[in-house]
Amino acid sequence: MGHHHHDHEHGHGKGRAPLTRRRFLMRSSELTLAAAITVTAGGALLNAPEAWAMDVKALKPETMKTLIQLARDIYPHDKIADRFYAIAVKGHDDKAAADGAHKELIEKGIADLDAAAGQGGYLGLGWEAERVKLLRGIEETPFFQAVRGDLVVSLYNQQEVWPIFGYEGESYSKGGYIERGFDDIDWL
Amino acid sequence: MAAPYSKDDDSVVVIIGSGAGGGTLGNELAQKGIDVVILEAGSRHEYEDFINDEWASFSQLAWTDARTTSGTWRVAKNFPGLPAWIVKAVGGSTTHWAGASLRFQEHEFKTLTTYGKVDGANLLDWPITLQDLAPYYEKAEAKMGVTRTNGLPGLPGNNNFKILEAGAKKLGYKECHTGRMAINSVQRDDRNSCQQTGFCFQGCKWGAKWSTLYTEIPKGEATGKLEVRPDSHVLMIEHDDSGKVTGVVYADKDGNKQRQKARIVAVAGNSIESPRILLNSASNTFKDGLANSSGQVGRNYMRHMTGSVYGVFEKPVHFYRGTTMAGIIQDEAKHDPSRGFVGGYEMETLALGVPFMAAFLDPGAWGREFTTAMDSYANMAGMWLVGEDMPQESNRITLSDTKDKHGMPVANVNFDDHPNDIAMRNHAYKQGMAIYDAVGATRTFPTPPYPSTHNLGTNRMSEKAQDGVVNKHGQTHDIKNLFISDGSQFTTGGAENPTLTIVALAIRQADFIAQEMSAGTI
Repeated sequence: MGHHHHDHEHGHGKGRAPLTRRRFLMRSSELTLAAAITVTAGGALLNAPEAWAMDVKALKPETMKTLIQLARDIYPHDKIADRFYAIAVKGHDDKAAADGAHKELIEKGIADLDAAAGQGGYLGLGWEAERVKLLRGIEETPFFQAVRGDLVVSLYNQQEVWPIFGYEGESYSKGGYIERGFDDIDWL
Repeated sequence: MAAPYSKDDDSVVVIIGSGAGGGTLGNELAQKGIDVVILEAGSRHEYEDFINDEWASFSQLAWTDARTTSGTWRVAKNFPGLPAWIVKAVGGSTTHWAGASLRFQEHEFKTLTTYGKVDGANLLDWPITLQDLAPYYEKAEAKMGVTRTNGLPGLPGNNNFKILEAGAKKLGYKECHTGRMAINSVQRDDRNSCQQTGFCFQGCKWGAKWSTLYTEIPKGEATGKLEVRPDSHVLMIEHDDSGKVTGVVYADKDGNKQRQKARIVAVAGNSIESPRILLNSASNTFKDGLANSSGQVGRNYMRHMTGSVYGVFEKPVHFYRGTTMAGIIQDEAKHDPSRGFVGGYEMETLALGVPFMAAFLDPGAWGREFTTAMDSYANMAGMWLVGEDMPQESNRITLSDTKDKHGMPVANVNFDDHPNDIAMRNHAYKQGMAIYDAVGATRTFPTPPYPSTHNLGTNRMSEKAQDGVVNKHGQTHDIKNLFISDGSQFTTGGAENPTLTIVALAIRQADFIAQEMSAGTI
């Protein structure tokens, strides 16, 4: 089982000033899915409402943007912000930079998805159910398996998402739960 | 002589592996004044170094060296390189285990007699009975501080247990309690009591759960008669012209090959690595591997019938808080063929953190059916189902075409469920879901087996040499000074978590080895 840890934040553009909402809306004439994410002139991804940006070094920025939506479609959690999905798939860009075969796998996988989706590509499909239907058709492919297999670790292993699920993580430093609710159920 | 020992010292007992079998045997022999070298493939991490983080802990402790899989079991599809979730570290899988310490039932030593012939199953009675093992079970329970034995109180039940217990009552089950656990319910043996931290699988940072790492091994070392050599990965066992084993070849932490001479070798590397070592030790004299005149080395691999049931409730449970195995229902552990299968199963609470729940709830699943389940994580309860599976000759460990970094073939694990395993699992799923439904679950999940944690049977014990690999003392039928000291000795698996039985067998085996050494027969 592949696994890795996301102890470091990838590409949180804390140094960048987020765009104003008005300017963001003006630039985003092609609002579709992953709508809050735009590709900058420099080829980075920018999410103004969430105030983060991410440099893309090996994959096409548009590929990365689609990958983020693909990640959300594979593991849709409506309470989890885009940035966590972006962090979760950033590893593919890192791997693509070091491994030409992986770059080809991801670029071709996204291109095939766009082609299968028809005009407007994958991100042009407005309903999750439409996109999921496409994905069901490719779920046995190495591309899909590579994305899903990585994502099940890279998304759910982010400590920042655990509280969204109500999971408290490490407990030893707090003395365990013996005084903190291990037997506090009151509805049985 | 006193530890540490020279590699040329051919008077030592060499034990391969430091887990429940090897660690216990090493201490028991050292207490009798016998010189012991334990070679452990993994590193030594003391309990304060354990990590309350599932993947990080997995990286620290798990056996992640290459293995391959085949067969129709789902693990081969979802986790092809990870047939088993066991440990490569000093203490072996006693660092990772949940602590459940149950004795076998009397009939589970006599399955062929009790169940009769089962098509496709290679059933055999053990050459020992419950009465033979009872005194050693007593010693093991005392050593390990098993709750509900020797006057030790049970552990308090957490939320996950309270749900299990409420459902058990609704279904009319009678045998439901917080388990017989090798986890300190009070301070004892210079170790803490359980603080309900919830990371039993990641190694207990309090040292409250029994592990050879901080009980048997330091006690043995204190005698001056036990040396534990970590990062020492045994590649093969050598023998002389008379057919007696003479020592082992291992790779040290730098990958350099070393040879440790030995008077006796005891193999305790878990049911995947132990047969692998015997098979990798094939020679001109023993062309099919050591101790394999029966052809049974590596066969009859058992992993217990397992599965899990998770239930989602309207209100919070926080099942990750507290002991991972926090309670048990034993009513279904009996042999009652009217249920449509032979043997029985235990129902034990289980909790996983978010990272492992995502990986194991329904491996490979995606989309909203899966993610809405994850969204209900805080409102989940969970149980693990563990029962007796049928030994089958074709379920076996063989040498793979894949080689490890030392050039040795890795183990391939081939497994197919027996129809009896499937019938038992389906019954257990139904009962598990009924338990949660009875307490108001809004949704339940019959979750498939995880990579194996209970690996058994691949060097099985038999009365006759033609039926198995070792005799009733774990001594190989073929080679007098070669022993098997782990769960691979199990003739059949029983319904119970195996560690207590492994420890009891190791204590018993130590008595036998000491007696035979005194008599000069080995």
